[in-house]
Amino acid sequence: MTSPGDILRMQEITKTFPGVRALQDVNLSVRRGEIHAICGENGAGKSTLMKVLSGVYPHGSYEGEISFDGQECRFAGIRDSEQRGIVIIHQELALCPQLSIAENIFLGNERSRRGLIDWNRTNHEARVLLDRVGLPENPVTVVSDIGVGKQQLVEIAKALSKEVRLLILDEPTAALNDEDSAHLLDLLRGLREEGITCVIISHKLNEIAAIADRVTILRDGRSIETLDMDADDVTEDRIISGMVGRDLEHRYPPHEPSIGEEAFRIEDWTVHSPVQRDRVVVSNAALSVRHGEIVGLAGLMGAGRTELAMSVFGRSYGVDVSGRVYRDGKQVEIRNVRDAIGHGIAYATEDRKRYGLNLIEDIKRNISAADLGRLARRGWVDDNEEYRVAEGFRHDMNIKAPSVLSVTGKLSGGNQQKVVLSKWIFTDADVLILDEPTRGIDVGAKYEIYSIINRLADSGKAVLVISSELPELLGLCDRIYTMSAGHITGELPRHEATQERLMTLMTTLTTKDTAR
Amino acid sequence: MSSVSPATAPAAPAGPPSTGPARTTVFGVSLNIRQSGIYIAFALIVVLFTILTEGALLQPQNISNIIVQNSYILILSIGMILIIIAGHIDLSVGSVVAVTGAIAAVLMVDYGIPWPVALVLTLIAGGLIGAWQGFWIAYFGIPAFIVTLAGMLLFRALTLTVLGNQGIGPFPDPVRTLSNGFTDGYFGNIGLGMLGGADIFSLLVGVLVVGGMALSQWRTRTARLGYHQAVDPLPVFLLKIVTAAAVIMFVVVQLARFRNLPWVLVLLALLVLAYSLVTTRAVFGRQVYAIGGNLQAAVLSGIKVKQVVFWIFVNMGVLAALAGVIFAGRLNQAGPTAGNAFELDAIAAAFIGGAAVQGGVGKVVGAITGGLIMGVINNGMSLIGSPSERVMLVKGVVLLAAVAFDVWAKRRAAR
Repeated sequence: MTSPGDILRMQEITKTFPGVRALQDVNLSVRRGEIHAICGENGAGKSTLMKVLSGVYPHGSYEGEISFDGQECRFAGIRDSEQRGIVIIHQELALCPQLSIAENIFLGNERSRRGLIDWNRTNHEARVLLDRVGLPENPVTVVSDIGVGKQQLVEIAKALSKEVRLLILDEPTAALNDEDSAHLLDLLRGLREEGITCVIISHKLNEIAAIADRVTILRDGRSIETLDMDADDVTEDRIISGMVGRDLEHRYPPHEPSIGEEAFRIEDWTVHSPVQRDRVVVSNAALSVRHGEIVGLAGLMGAGRTELAMSVFGRSYGVDVSGRVYRDGKQVEIRNVRDAIGHGIAYATEDRKRYGLNLIEDIKRNISAADLGRLARRGWVDDNEEYRVAEGFRHDMNIKAPSVLSVTGKLSGGNQQKVVLSKWIFTDADVLILDEPTRGIDVGAKYEIYSIINRLADSGKAVLVISSELPELLGLCDRIYTMSAGHITGELPRHEATQERLMTLMTTLTTKDTAR
Repeated sequence: MSSVSPATAPAAPAGPPSTGPARTTVFGVSLNIRQSGIYIAFALIVVLFTILTEGALLQPQNISNIIVQNSYILILSIGMILIIIAGHIDLSVGSVVAVTGAIAAVLMVDYGIPWPVALVLTLIAGGLIGAWQGFWIAYFGIPAFIVTLAGMLLFRALTLTVLGNQGIGPFPDPVRTLSNGFTDGYFGNIGLGMLGGADIFSLLVGVLVVGGMALSQWRTRTARLGYHQAVDPLPVFLLKIVTAAAVIMFVVVQLARFRNLPWVLVLLALLVLAYSLVTTRAVFGRQVYAIGGNLQAAVLSGIKVKQVVFWIFVNMGVLAALAGVIFAGRLNQAGPTAGNAFELDAIAAAFIGGAAVQGGVGKVVGAITGGLIMGVINNGMSLIGSPSERVMLVKGVVLLAAVAFDVWAKRRAAR
């Protein structure tokens, strides 16, 4: 494997977090002057690997060796790696929106003389860097005044100002429109000409096929293979089979569905981004769920799944939302969360700590929070009844806590998720949208959550499960929709769905008619 | 949903559960230090100043003074605790006290409007002021700090305009009685041996309050047991009731020996009772906690956050107007400097009383206790002749210590 042309070698990298092994014996070698792509499902370990490389996780917090330019590296932090010329551009841009382009480029690296900033030099050098990345903006323009695509270029200019030798881009085009993406890819080709090595993490396989020289595939925290794009005649399908080729490692409770009438349907659902009003996040989406049915919604990060769900749930996300929602065949108007709950729709968030629970309150008050009125007469809560209801859920859902008076912030992830589910079941919703219901939960608790979801469907509820884990969707759902770049790209019944077919649809960029 | 299995029914309160608030054990009694620390601190401060003042602190007239002198701050702190629980702040209450006092004075003195009508009009004016601020905060989305800072200036300016830079008075007698006066000795006096004569009516009220409190606590306990909830063991329960009863009766007896019950005490007691119920039992009160605890989760639970925030500011305005009338009535004139820095005392009372800076935590009784702690420090230090700068110093230290304790207890609980 070792060849003198390698600028970077990461060997046998293992990184563990409490309870989770994020990376195991990962190998990565990058040749001087190439564009090297890293592919993998959500949670495969791509971002973790890049954080190890850039010193976000310092030497000693992982096992294995990193050598850059033939020298072993032991970075204590980002500054160390930047000194060597390794610069990472994160998925969420790290610019200060209220500062100018030039100030951002030289942030932490100011052009100064005796402690005073040399503004002429700052703005002049910024101008030169902006020309290099092809951004015709004035260096004194405030960053929040330019679009996300241009901000991405400012990030690259910032990296160039540090005399970058290895540029790492984490999902650089995820938030960009097609035009900006194309420009960015051109820029990367230009940098390759200049001898700058690039590592790019991306879900967009067509882009990888277009730009990368080699691709390394990660799966479940392991490096699976490195493919040479030209020599190995790599297709998108070839990458997909590498990304998903694993056995079903989790077990799923057996379930015989009894499916009834249609409970929930959306049509022509379109949502725009609240930060960038001209960007369509969900485009003309249509889907339906029947009573007793568990329907999956698959998609990679940024496909618009959560945005779709939250915009349906009382316009909790997005602007210029348009489309129609039907409940039990009748069109309904949902303007806010109360309307959604009133129409029997519940949404359990993917981020339960930030959006799902009041962590300083007890289990009882969290369970009753979305429908407290049911426990009240003329505005006064019957707290004994509330206690009885909550105890019932603690018992039924097997929430492991000494009593319902325990504070939710101290429960494990699995038990917190059970509290969130209890809260929405208590609202008597007929349609439950569960966003990543098993994220951050250990395997045993996952099985319990799956059983609860099956029980909900058996009691006639319509369940829509959003998940990044394809085996989970295959093991749980009766029918699966796929989303890609804001479009519903496919719909497969359980017996026709495979990980490969789903992944193909999840990475398609145009709408295809599939299955029926 | 099935009922709970009997095996888990009488959950033992003893033994620290792994998931629960920080508890400590005193004389075998398990205590939630974050909640009960404030009452222990209050008791210690009272004992300290009783010793320092050689008993003067607890003399009948002095107890009456402490209540009457702090009544308006305590009323403000009730409104303030709701706002702080919701995660907001109100810096304008001092100025609102001034402007509503002025409005009351103009209505009662200049226009001669009968005092009950004028009082209601003043409370409505307070509500409108609260609605004005609530609109900008809840519906327009300006931080409460800014809106009420502006309000602090606006309503002070309005006060000066209304008053024309001079005091207006005197107030009608009934208003002065409300602020400063005492219940009549309807049933005459009774001899209490070496304690001297005491007002029978006051004593009767005291006995009724204690009896009512004990009865309602007992019924709550019985109902909870009926639902298999964990409750204090009987001896601890009785100890708490007897302690509370003893404190109430001591205060009542002392007041009965002096000049009967101050009317503001009656008013305060009713407010504390009502707002305690609202915060613990009402849907509205529970939504305030939900908003302060996790705003995003509250929004996604369908709570009408804007409405709730709007109404707590309206409520604050009404309570500030009530405090404004009482303060003006006590001085017997509405003055341009009325209510100066009251907002700071009310905020300090709430935080000393256990409210959390991030919101979501706090109790009405806690805020009242916090206000009384400052009242006792003020009163006790002036009795021993401390200069005002030293009083300020001590109050500052107490506020910092109270919040530091809260942060420490939370960190300890998080471990």
